[in-house]
Amino acid sequence: MSQIKCKNLTLGYGSQEILSGLSFEVNRGDYLCIVGSNGSGKTTLMKTVLGLTKPLGGSIEFSDGLSASGIGYLPQQTDVQRDFPASVYEIVISGCLGRGGFHPFYTKADKALAAQAMERMDIKGLKNSCYRELSGGQQQRVLLARALCATRDILLLDEPVAGLDPKVTADMYALIDSLNKNDGVTVIMISHDVDKALRYASHILHIGTDIFFGTRAEYEVFKANRNGG
Amino acid sequence: MTDIFTTLASYLERSFVQNAIIVGVLIALCSSLLGVTLVLKRYSFIGDGLSHVAFGAMAIAAVIGLTDDMPLTLAITVVCAVLLLRMGKNAKIKGDAAIAVISVGSLAIGYLLMNLFSTSSNISGDVCSTLFGSTSILTLSSFDVWMCVILSVIVVLFFVLFYNRIFSVTFDENFAKATGQRAGLYNLLIAIVIAVIIVVSMQLVGSLLISALVIFPALSAMRVFKSFKSVTICSAIISVICALTGLLISILAGTPVGSTIVGVDIVVFIIFLIIGKITGGKKA
Ligand SMILES: Nc1ncnc2c1ncn2[C@@H]1O[C@H](COP(=O)(O)OP(=O)(O)O)[C@@H](O)[C@H]1O
Ligand SMILES: [Mg+2]
Repeated sequence: MSQIKCKNLTLGYGSQEILSGLSFEVNRGDYLCIVGSNGSGKTTLMKTVLGLTKPLGGSIEFSDGLSASGIGYLPQQTDVQRDFPASVYEIVISGCLGRGGFHPFYTKADKALAAQAMERMDIKGLKNSCYRELSGGQQQRVLLARALCATRDILLLDEPVAGLDPKVTADMYALIDSLNKNDGVTVIMISHDVDKALRYASHILHIGTDIFFGTRAEYEVFKANRNGG
Repeated sequence: MTDIFTTLASYLERSFVQNAIIVGVLIALCSSLLGVTLVLKRYSFIGDGLSHVAFGAMAIAAVIGLTDDMPLTLAITVVCAVLLLRMGKNAKIKGDAAIAVISVGSLAIGYLLMNLFSTSSNISGDVCSTLFGSTSILTLSSFDVWMCVILSVIVVLFFVLFYNRIFSVTFDENFAKATGQRAGLYNLLIAIVIAVIIVVSMQLVGSLLISALVIFPALSAMRVFKSFKSVTICSAIISVICALTGLLISILAGTPVGSTIVGVDIVVFIIFLIIGKITGGKKA
C-alpha cells in the first residue's frame, strides 16, 4: 500500500510553472532518490509534498496511516540557522512539537524520544553543545535527530550531504541507509550525486526535461538508452 | 558621592519615580523577550515599521482628543502588525516596500495631524517627546501604569506558554510547518505581541528608539551565550539592568530617559562584543 501517491502534479510558484505531468508513488520502506540538475525543481517538489508550497495542478494523497503532519523533514540549511544560538538538545526536542495536543512544556515522553533520537544519531555527547559551532556533519545529525522526533514513518531529506567532506558523506549515507533498512523508515532523498543515489536507493525519480520514475534497475536501462540515443 | 545617594533616595520616595521604575522594568523585560526572534527572523524591520505606525496612531488619538491614547494606539498598531505580516507573505507586494509605505506614511500623517490640529503651544516639543520619549515616563497616570502592568503580564504569560513554539518557528519555520505545527498561528501571535510590546515601550523610549530597546539586549546576549534559553534569560537581565541604570542616570543628570537607556544598552553591547571576542577566540 502506498504512503504517498502523487498524480499528474504541476509544480511552480504563482503563475510560473516549473514542472508538469509528474506522477509517482512511495510505499512503506521504500528508499526514493530524487535526482535532477540544479534548479530543476527538486526542492520545490519536496516542499509541495510537505504542503509548504501549493501544487499548481494534480493531487497528492497520503495513506497507510500517514498524514501530512506525520512527516520528518531535513531541509536545506538556511542562513538563519548558521548564527542561531541554540543547543543541540533544544533543537532535537523541538521536533516533538508537531505531535499534536497543546502542551506548553515538553512532556516526559518528549524527553525520552529526544534522548533516544540523539542516541540513534550518536550525538548524545553533544547534548549541550552550541549548534552553530558544530561541524557540518554533526549539524546534519542534529537535524536528522530532530526529524526522528517528529516521526518514525517517513523522512524527507533535501541534499543531506551538501558541503560535507567525503568521509562524513559516506558516514551520513550509511546512517540514512541503516535507518531505512534497520528501522524501516521510508526515505525520500534529494541528491545530485547520482552514483551514490544508485548505490542505496530502491527507486529513482529523475526530473528535468525528461521525467523518469521507476526502480533502480529500470533507471539503469533508462540512463543507458538516453546516453546511447 | 553621599550627595548623589541622598538626592537619589529623596527621588525614590516620590510616587512618580516609583511608577516610572515599575513601568520601566516591566517594559524592559517585555521588550527583551522577543528580541532574539526579531533579530533572527529578520523581523526587526517590522518592529521598526510598527513603531512609526504607533506614532501616527498616537497623533490621531491626540487629535480626537482622547485623554488615554493607549487603547486606540494599541488597536491600530495590532491591526497593522497583522496586515504587515500578511503582506510579507504575499509575493506580489514586496514585503519591504509595504513596510516602508506604511511606516513612512504614518510618520508623515502623524506629524501633519499634530501640526494641523494640536491645541498645544509647543508642537515640536510634543512631536519630539513622542519620537524620543523625553520625560513622559515621569508623568505617568495611574491608568498608564495599570495598562502597562496588565499588558506586561499578558506578554510574559504568552512568552512562557509559547516559548517552545516560538523557538521552533524562529529556528526553522519550514520544518515546523512540515511536521504539523501551526506556524501560521504562532507567527500571527508573535506579530500581535510585538505590536503590544511596541505600544507599551513607546512610553519609555519613544517610537524612534524602540527597536534599540528590543534588539540591543538580544544582540549582546547572543555574543556570549550559546543556547536559546540562556540567551533569552541573559537578554532579559541585561535589558532590565540597562533600563534601571538608564532611568536613574536620567533622573540624576536630567538627561532624556529614552536616549539614556539606549546609551547604556549600547555600552553593554560593546562590552559583550569584547567578551564574546575573547571567549570565542579561546575556543577557536
Ligand atoms: N519561492 C520561490 N518563488 C519563485 N520561484 C522559485 C522559488 N523557489 C525556487 N524557485 C525557482 O524554481 C526553480 C526550481 O528551484 P528548486 O526547486 O530550488 O530547484 P532544485 O532544488 O532542483 O535545485 C528555480 O528556477 C528557482 O529559481
Ligand atoms: Mg534544492
